[in-house]
Amino acid sequence: MNCDHCGKYPATTHITKTVNGKTTQWNLCAHCAAEQGVNTAFGGLGFDLNDFWGSLFLEPAKRAPEDTVRCEDCGRSFKEIAEMGRPGCPTCYRTFYDRLLPSIQRIHGKTQHTGKVAEKADETVKKEHELKALREQLAAHIANQEYEQCAALRDRIRELEEGDAK
Amino acid sequence: MTAKWYQQSGTDGDVVVSTRVRFARNLNHLPFPAGMTAEQREEVIGQIFEAFPQDGSGAFQCIRMTELSEWDALSMVERHLISPNFTAHPEGEALLLSPDESVSVMIGEEDHVRIQAMHAGLALDEAFTAANCWDDFLDARLHFAFDDRLGYLTQCPTNLGTGMRASVMLHLPALQEKGVIQQLANTVSKLGLTIRGMYGEGSRSEGAMYQLSNQVTLGITEQEAIENLKSIVGQIVKEERGYREQLRETPALEDRVYRSLGILQNARLLSGKEFMSLISHVRMGAAMNILTSVDLNGISHLMVDAQPAALMQQAGCELDPAERDKRRAALVRERLQ
Ligand SMILES: [Zn+2]
Ligand SMILES: [Zn+2]
Ligand SMILES: [Zn+2]
Repeated sequence: MNCDHCGKYPATTHITKTVNGKTTQWNLCAHCAAEQGVNTAFGGLGFDLNDFWGSLFLEPAKRAPEDTVRCEDCGRSFKEIAEMGRPGCPTCYRTFYDRLLPSIQRIHGKTQHTGKVAEKADETVKKEHELKALREQLAAHIANQEYEQCAALRDRIRELEEGDAK
Repeated sequence: MTAKWYQQSGTDGDVVVSTRVRFARNLNHLPFPAGMTAEQREEVIGQIFEAFPQDGSGAFQCIRMTELSEWDALSMVERHLISPNFTAHPEGEALLLSPDESVSVMIGEEDHVRIQAMHAGLALDEAFTAANCWDDFLDARLHFAFDDRLGYLTQCPTNLGTGMRASVMLHLPALQEKGVIQQLANTVSKLGLTIRGMYGEGSRSEGAMYQLSNQVTLGITEQEAIENLKSIVGQIVKEERGYREQLRETPALEDRVYRSLGILQNARLLSGKEFMSLISHVRMGAAMNILTSVDLNGISHLMVDAQPAALMQQAGCELDPAERDKRRAALVRERLQ
């Protein structure tokens, strides 16, 4: 049997997905499976390749014609993410949180994580939040020529950034 | 040599072949694997290799996927140590493997890190504890990408939240015979789980092997997901045993079990498909104490060793299908005497 996606290579990955009692099966070659981000050994991916990414990202993309915001870490815009069908890096989720949320809710039915918390990652998140706020304050002070507060802010930012490098 | 986890059978081994728990994790400030450069792939491998204990008795084997022959890699897929995609582009991918192969860490697959623990039989708590322990270990040494709202950030949004997929491999010959697998699939999908055939295609699985896993990962704790899976596995095990007892009443079952054993003990050529279907009958016969000469451990072990890549690994060279069928038959004859 050949791949349902490209039709060129033998299908080695078989995904069965049952939605509301209707079962669809996809047979993909290794290349297309990798391209679609399908991971067969662990199974349980809830999607239909025809409309999964389409419904996941394209709809909100249409609602946002201006595409000026880019991910700080990987440089991707939301439109690029929608076209690729996946976020470029972890920071994309934070940058485009509001626009990704409807799709995430559609997949999981929920939007708030309740499981394990990575202790260190949690600190990192908090630190990133704090750093962002401090940098904004600093920029505001500089813009208003309020230089007396700047030194203390700069020290705190440096402290946080150095802590990150450890 | 340390005994491998798949050479044993465990709790509820008559129905539950094995248990697996895996966590998907990613490092902060790096692109997900699909968008990584060769240097970034090396950076990830370097960071994770460095975090792991390199010597001592519990030392993990550090394997670069490019170092493996094609059949070595494929036999790891057959043993469920790695996913099939992992062998598709070995550059920039690496694997850490515990001595008994029960814990494996895939680096550079769909996510930067996939921590996986396997266990024979039904052992969700044990597999969870092992995977969780290695997750804590890495968490203390690396910066995993985590968001207060979305949990662990994964390349595919279907893994957001806990990033945890817990699965059990079930042997369901009686339920398959009754033709209720499809119905079962519909039911479990409403409970946030999926079930799929492990060997062969479509809803009918060669060898009646099925994998049941949790589907939802966001808004559910790891413990809730495990408990949910446990309770459904418990019900499926009960159903399968009930149908097996019904089948025991018919003379056809005993005949089929002995006939299958007879073919396996005597065949000179065995295709993978024929082997899986016959060994499934023998496994059920052994689990129901119809056969006492073969044990479940031996069968589990044989099912791994008779897969195509495992045969090539044992032979140390590439084998065409006809040659494999011959070697498979020889191996099976030897093991089932
Ligand atoms: Zn293809
Ligand atoms: Zn393709
Ligand atoms: Zn990004």
